[in-house]
Parts: sequence; C-alpha cells; structure tokens
Amino acid sequence: MPARPITGALLASELMLQFRRRRTWAMLLALAAVPVLVAIAVRVSSGPPSGRGPAFLDRVATNGLFVAIAGLTLSIPLFLPLTVGVVSGDSIAGEASQGTLRYLLIAPAGRVRVLLVKYAASVAFCLAAVFVSALAGVLIGALLFPIGPVTLLSGTEISPVAALGRLALVAAYVSVSLLGFAAIGLFISTLTDVPVGAMAAAVVLSITAQVLDSLPQLEWLHLWLFTHHWLGFIDLLRQPVSWDSFGDNALVQAGYVVVFGALAYGRFLTRDVLS
Amino acid sequence: MSSDPDAPYRDAPSVEAHSLAIETRGLTKTFGRQVAVDSVDLAVPRGSVFGFLGPNGSGKTTTIRILLGLASPTRGSVSLLGRPLPAGLAATLPRVGALVEGPAFYPYLSGEANLRRFDAANPVGHPSTRAARVATALERVGLAAAARKRVHAYSLGMKQRLGIASALLVPRELLVLDEPTNGLDPQGTREVRSLVRSLAAEGVTVFVSSHLLAEIEQMCTHAAVMSAGRLVAQAPLDELRAAGSASVTLRTPDPGRAAAVFDDMGLRMLPALDDELTATMPVGLEPEQVVAALVAGGVRVRGFGVTEQSLEDRFVALTGEGFDVAR
Repeated sequence: MPARPITGALLASELMLQFRRRRTWAMLLALAAVPVLVAIAVRVSSGPPSGRGPAFLDRVATNGLFVAIAGLTLSIPLFLPLTVGVVSGDSIAGEASQGTLRYLLIAPAGRVRVLLVKYAASVAFCLAAVFVSALAGVLIGALLFPIGPVTLLSGTEISPVAALGRLALVAAYVSVSLLGFAAIGLFISTLTDVPVGAMAAAVVLSITAQVLDSLPQLEWLHLWLFTHHWLGFIDLLRQPVSWDSFGDNALVQAGYVVVFGALAYGRFLTRDVLS
Repeated sequence: MSSDPDAPYRDAPSVEAHSLAIETRGLTKTFGRQVAVDSVDLAVPRGSVFGFLGPNGSGKTTTIRILLGLASPTRGSVSLLGRPLPAGLAATLPRVGALVEGPAFYPYLSGEANLRRFDAANPVGHPSTRAARVATALERVGLAAAARKRVHAYSLGMKQRLGIASALLVPRELLVLDEPTNGLDPQGTREVRSLVRSLAAEGVTVFVSSHLLAEIEQMCTHAAVMSAGRLVAQAPLDELRAAGSASVTLRTPDPGRAAAVFDDMGLRMLPALDDELTATMPVGLEPEQVVAALVAGGVRVRGFGVTEQSLEDRFVALTGEGFDVAR
C-alpha cells in the first residue's frame, strides 16, 4: 500500500519531544544567562570604556542593544557549540542507547526519514538557541542601559529599529554558522550507541577547529574550517552591509552539510541496529 | 489467511511460500568470526502461533532483528508476509507489530505520549484516529489507568505491557514478540497468553520467542528450536511431542545382535553399557513390535523398559543442559 507522507507528523513529534525535554530548556536558559551576566557585570562595574575585553563589551554601557551582540560573541566559541553538540550528538546515538531507535525503525519510520527529521530538529535547536540568546540580550540591555541610535563600525549612525534589523541579520548569520557543525554532530551520532561519546567528540572537534584556526602556520587550512567564519558577522555591522562573509560562511557550511550529510546517510542506511 | 496452516510442512516449502508469514532460507549472520545465526530455514505458516525456542545466546534475537530489517543478513534470504526483504520492508512493516529485545521508551514521556510518538512514525497510523487507537491499545493490555504516568515510573512488567500495546496500535497480520513475558508476574504471564490466543483467534500470525518451554507449550501451535545459532527442530507442536517421544532400554547378553535389530527397525542407539542398550524410538513404532523383532532375531531379552520422553527432555536433548550460555 502506498505510504502516506508522514515526514510532517514525525517532524512534529520530534520537535515536541525535543522542546518538551528539560535538558533543552536548561540549555536554552544557560544560553540566555550569558548576555544577562554580561549586562549585570558591566552595569555593576560601570565605568568609562576601557577598550579592553571581548569585542563590543565596552560599548554595552553606552547602548543596551550591544548586549545582544556581546552575548552572542561570548557564546559562539564555546556555549553554542556545546549545546548544539549535545543535541546533534545525541540525535541518533541517544535513540539507539535508549532502544527507541529500533522501535522507530520497525514502526516503520524509514531510515532516511529518521535522519532528515533528526537533522531538522538539530537545526531547529540552532535557531532557537541563537534566537533565545539574542532576545535575552535585547531585553536585559533595554532594562539596564539606555537604548539609542547605534553607531556602526563604519561610523554611520542608524536608528534603534534599524539596529534590531541588523541584530536579526547577525542572528541569522550565527544560526547558519552552526549548520555544518550540526551535520558533523549528526554523522558522529550515527557511529555509536553511546550518546555522551558522540556529544563529547562533536564538542572537541569544534574546539580543535577553532584552535587550528588560530595557528597562523596553518593558514592554508583556515578557509576550510567550519569555524573559520564563526565571528565574521561583524561585516553585517557596516554601512553598507558587506555580504561577502555571509556568502563565504554559507558556502562553507553548505559544503559541510553535504559531505557529512552524505557520510551520515551512508553509515546509517547500511548499519545494523543492534542496541 | 491459509486455511491449512500445516501445509508447508507436508509440501515443499517453496510451493506454499505465499501461505508463509515468515520464510528464511540459509539465513546466516556473522559478527567478525562469530557465527550468531547459522543457515536457518524458518517456515512460519500464516495463522499459526509459532514458538521460537532456544536458550539465551542461541541466536533468537539476532534472527528477529534480521526479520524486521534492523540488521542485514550476511548470507541467505528472508521474506516477510510474502515479500522478499529488504525491498519489501517499507510495505510489510506497517502490517507487523513487534517487541524486540525488551521494551524501550522515552522515560520522560507518559505511556500514552510514547505510543503517540511511535504511531506518528507509522505510515498507516492515521492521525485522526490516533487518540482512539492509543486508548484502545492501552485498554487491551490493562494500562488505561497508568496512561498519563511517565514511563520512568513504570515497573518492568508495565513497560512490557506498554511494548505489547505499541505492537497493537494498528491491526496487524503478524506479531513478532521477543520474550513477551519477561519481567511479568504470573498474573501478567497469563494475561499475555490469553492475549496471544485471542489475537490468534482473530487470524493474526504470532511469532513468539522464549527460552521457557512451558510458555511455548501452553500457547503455540508450532515450534522451532534454536541451539548455538542453528535451527535444530521445526514442526507443529504435536509432531515435536511425538518425535522421539520414547526411548527403550534393553538388557541382553547379545548386544551385537540386538544392535543390528535396532538398526534395522530405525531405532537410534545411545551410548551403551556392557549388557544394556538404550535407543530412541522412531515415530509410529510400538515397543511390542520391537520386542517381537528382538525375539525373532534370536536376541535373549533379560529386561526391557520403555521411557516416555517429555517435550522438556526433548528440548534439553536438542539444546543441551545446564547454565552454560551456548557461546
């Protein structure tokens, strides 16, 4: 009998599963806490801009809208890859270790569909993580600091509303940045029945890539690293907007999605599910 | 549904292939150098309650995983409900309910939410009837009262029941139940037995694995016995009971001549003492015929005894005794 398209139903079920889990909420809360801590720290020790510390940190005191940017900047190297690594590394391995993978497959969900739905759920988490982080930054920034016209890196001043638009662009950029990494996590997740192992491997990989990216001796490699453009969203804060890094980033991420998606497909479709 | 579930045992299996719910030929699965399943030819007639017996580690669960497409065979072929695997998997699996190697659920979801999730993964599980089907399945296994409890708080027996409920979410033609009474109390075991009987009465083929002979004896029409990865017996249960159902012990000063007579009559000799021979009887032969033949053959009979073999003796003879796991 012809199977009804059920990808929608399974995706809805997957998203419900993910966003009902306490773990997901805990991670989103932790991500929201980053800009909140930044804002409070700056407010408490409020003084003239020192020019030291992470980018944007010293602008926070003059304009609340920078809290969101500073929060994202702080989360990009560790907190975002950590949480995305947990979600994507757990995606297949978690179901396998729990034994529910075999029941999904004999339901039968279909292996390709399981893979697609799991990746889609990881992508949904990436979006939610970045959105929550940015939103928390805007809210706490508005609460603790003045909101006014924003001076861009190129010196131009734009209205707060236009600045929110730029922030949305930055959030989109950061979300796209994580897509390749999520695909890597998915692939690692198909290799094992031990979810913690898959999560740890994914996170270690993201840190390794960032370390390699910081070694000038390996410059030839940098363009190929999925972390290389992670902080490149600064170009979106110029007038006019420079889309080059957005395009480069998207291209690198698409490459990683294709390669690691194909590897995950090849592995998961032929693998024996013995857990 | 076949009106004659025994047909494949009388005819050549391939002739009646369409009446088989499960058929495997030369099914073999190796993990590295270890052979988990070794040239297994299963033939499960439609409409039967088929017991799949064997000690722990004899390859039952691996076979079941292959039947359901979770693992691929190293060699050999499988067809499920008349369709060859793996090509037929997507079309057949919705008609197959299964419990494999114990139940598994999302512990932080309620029993009901777990069933809804698995139903969402089934192409024939229509969303408009989902709530009603989930409720009926829970009702059927006696879990209606615990439907909204998190599975985390379920006992092993309750999880086992929930697993069976998940196999019953849509009408099935074949149920594959791997050790379905594991973790159940005697009451629960009886309930599973009566559930299996009522499903069989509806015409569902039930393939049930167990390491407990008593369980199989009480609910099955057919049985197959696995030992160390090989299928060592497969027949309707009555035939299994009859086969080798008796052995004879003969005391005689003429063991050589007696052995020749036994051989002629098709008795299988077991290792013997000096003046005492033991042999298993072939089906259809009566002990008095053996005595008459012995006397006619000039064997001096000093003592003759008949021991009826229970199905359990037969099972032990086929699979070996003791606590040692096969491999």
